Amino acid sequence: MRYTPLFVSLVAISAVAACGGGKSDSAAGGSGPITVKATDTACEVAKSQLDAGTHVFAVANSGSKVTEFYVYAAGDRVMGEVENITPGLSRELRVELPAGTYQTACKPGMVGTGIRNTLTVAGSAPALSEDAALAQATESYTRYITSQSEALVQKTTEFAAAVKAGDIEKAKSLYPVARTYYERIEPVAEIFGDLDPKIDGREDDATAALPFTGFHKLEKDLWVTKDVSKDGAIADQLVTDVKEVVTKAKDEKLSPLQLANGAKELLDEVATSKITGEEDRYSHTDLWDFAANVDGSQAAVAALRPALEQRDPALVKQIDTAFANVDTELAKYRDGDGWKLQNQLTQAELKGLSDVINAVAEPISKIAGVIAQK
Amino acid sequence: MAENTVSRRRAIGLAGAGVAGVVGASAVAGAFFADKPEKTVSSDAISDAVPFQGAVQAGIVTPAQDRLHFVAFDVLTKDRAQLVQLLKDWTDAANRMTAGKDAGSIGATQGILEAPPDDTGEAIGLPASGLTLTIGFGPTLFRDATGKDRFGLAARKPAALADLPHFPGDLIDPAISGGDICVQACANDPQVAVHAIRNLARIGMGVVSVRWSQLGFGRTSSTSTSQATPRNLFGFKDGTANLKAEETDLLKQNLWVQPGDGPDWMTGGAYVVTRKIRMMIETWDRTSLGEQEDIIGRTKGEGAALGQAKEFDEIDLVSKNGEGDPVIPVDAHVRLAHPDTNKGAHLLRRGYNFVDGSDGLGRLNAGLFFIAYQRDPRTHFVPIQTNLARLDAMNEYVRHVSSGLFACPPGVTGPDDFWGRALFA
Repeated sequence: MRYTPLFVSLVAISAVAACGGGKSDSAAGGSGPITVKATDTACEVAKSQLDAGTHVFAVANSGSKVTEFYVYAAGDRVMGEVENITPGLSRELRVELPAGTYQTACKPGMVGTGIRNTLTVAGSAPALSEDAALAQATESYTRYITSQSEALVQKTTEFAAAVKAGDIEKAKSLYPVARTYYERIEPVAEIFGDLDPKIDGREDDATAALPFTGFHKLEKDLWVTKDVSKDGAIADQLVTDVKEVVTKAKDEKLSPLQLANGAKELLDEVATSKITGEEDRYSHTDLWDFAANVDGSQAAVAALRPALEQRDPALVKQIDTAFANVDTELAKYRDGDGWKLQNQLTQAELKGLSDVINAVAEPISKIAGVIAQK
Repeated sequence: MAENTVSRRRAIGLAGAGVAGVVGASAVAGAFFADKPEKTVSSDAISDAVPFQGAVQAGIVTPAQDRLHFVAFDVLTKDRAQLVQLLKDWTDAANRMTAGKDAGSIGATQGILEAPPDDTGEAIGLPASGLTLTIGFGPTLFRDATGKDRFGLAARKPAALADLPHFPGDLIDPAISGGDICVQACANDPQVAVHAIRNLARIGMGVVSVRWSQLGFGRTSSTSTSQATPRNLFGFKDGTANLKAEETDLLKQNLWVQPGDGPDWMTGGAYVVTRKIRMMIETWDRTSLGEQEDIIGRTKGEGAALGQAKEFDEIDLVSKNGEGDPVIPVDAHVRLAHPDTNKGAHLLRRGYNFVDGSDGLGRLNAGLFFIAYQRDPRTHFVPIQTNLARLDAMNEYVRHVSSGLFACPPGVTGPDDFWGRALFA
């Protein structure tokens, strides 16, 4: 919240929507899906070598934690992803993979870099023109939005149900999880006018026309008022609004420039409202949002990676190092599968986080200029 | 993109500005070896540029400008090359900003719309305003708090850069003390000083992090005989007996690091001590005039040492009054701080008043941001402050809340030179 939706004023690059397509080798044909056995400690992918084409992974979670499965290109560019695979559940991921070297990752507990395996895809990899590299960015990011959106709707629905059932403890535990998906894609969510204020508005932003609703109203009632008996309608509205965001987001094609600015904005969010504890002032779960914003920023940068590698490889290196430093610093505050509360950190610890965010935001602020210049 | 070489300066001089007779910094270039000052370049505009380059850093004996923004950085990077690159980038920006130009070669408004500008823009249209930028390296750059030599500099640490001791009565807050690198920005326009520090911090983002910074107004010392003695927030003239740019012999003895004093990279430099000294303004203000004068050891109006008629009359530490007590009390500030009481040690002070609003108890959060340059803190600031901290009658009205110590190398000379080149050579 708080940021004016800068994206709206930017002209979308229409050319990108026309790209994609790609090859359709349908390599999955005959051999069936590639099985992935995910547990709390392992991630067994049945194959480590594939031919270029479209593949289906069937991910079965036999662990005790909710997991996620990713296929990453270099720099953690998301080629495909399934979120929110609950224990006992099996889900499929369909992904198109041109020749190259990839990594698969299971993320038990939905955090961290995950359990990684290398995946080699054979075939010829045509060199991308600069324009194609840029066009690919939009496609890559759309895949990310799609996977996050699905989990967002599910977790928000569960959260709302717990609120309506008056199960305060359950609702409290779901609150930061549902928000994680929202915070990851916030630059997109912010595009749609009043939806973001309705979903994520703070008490002091409320007006007569836009009363205090959404996540933070429920947060206040869960942690401060400790009474959610009158919040049924607010919980329902939250689910409705989130579904609307998701529907709209799927049709939104962000231009490379929008992605660059989105990556920066997410880090600005961290710097201004997560480190200060302003965002989750009742629950103090700001570090969940912090991590989610960083994830989202990293995903946007990863989508631009092929284009950036062509134009400014030194900048890519700098950003990689800076993101790695953020991970290291943030990891100090892990608490089980979640994060310490913002108000448990000392001023010096918050300064440490602030420093690594500034260090990554600085090179990221240069991406838009690099992308814009031919 | 073509370099934007246009000075942002549009106004020539500041109408109504009252400070005249500013002496150019080149007056002292090379003075740390010379027996006499070189030519004195006079200029009457407080808006003019002070040369950034020279044998000694500007901002030390440069006639004290009216405004201060002092910043201390912690170095974040572990990569020596990255730190050296930042020092080069900073030197470029300092060369530009002290000349009244934008911090970057593109400029605040000339770049492409998609990229953040390489200057922040708030100084557009403002003249150079006598801006000086002076860098110093703190003890923790050589060995951090855990004893680690992060940049392979430990062997180059001067002995004179020894941590200051705890002085009696110190209430030092570590969060606003110390630092790996300091930059002192002085200018005759506060916006120009703030602009300079803001841009250096922006350029350093990710490599360094601002540890603390302090704004000051109203210089509290004159560093040239051409300047009138200003007053501090106690209402007294401050710095009458200060070291001055024209006192070449004394500068050599007391200010500039001489060959053989320590590592060569500091020859021609000086050590700076900063102390944020909170003044108990309200209790001071209800102290009688006579007591105030006894505490300082000078008259409030003229600024003469007690027993004398004029400000610059020689101080008399010996004479006694009719009752057999010294005319200048034994616990008077001027007596305790005087070179005669401190084995001839002189400090070059260029402190500033500060008011950080109020403190929530209805009191001004105000005082003196003390800055003193010297050849060796172990023979200068430390013994003087030890004396003051124990005996000074003024202690009832002051609290030292922050402390800093930095080694300021000699000046930057030539296009390939940069801040700290000799240290990192």
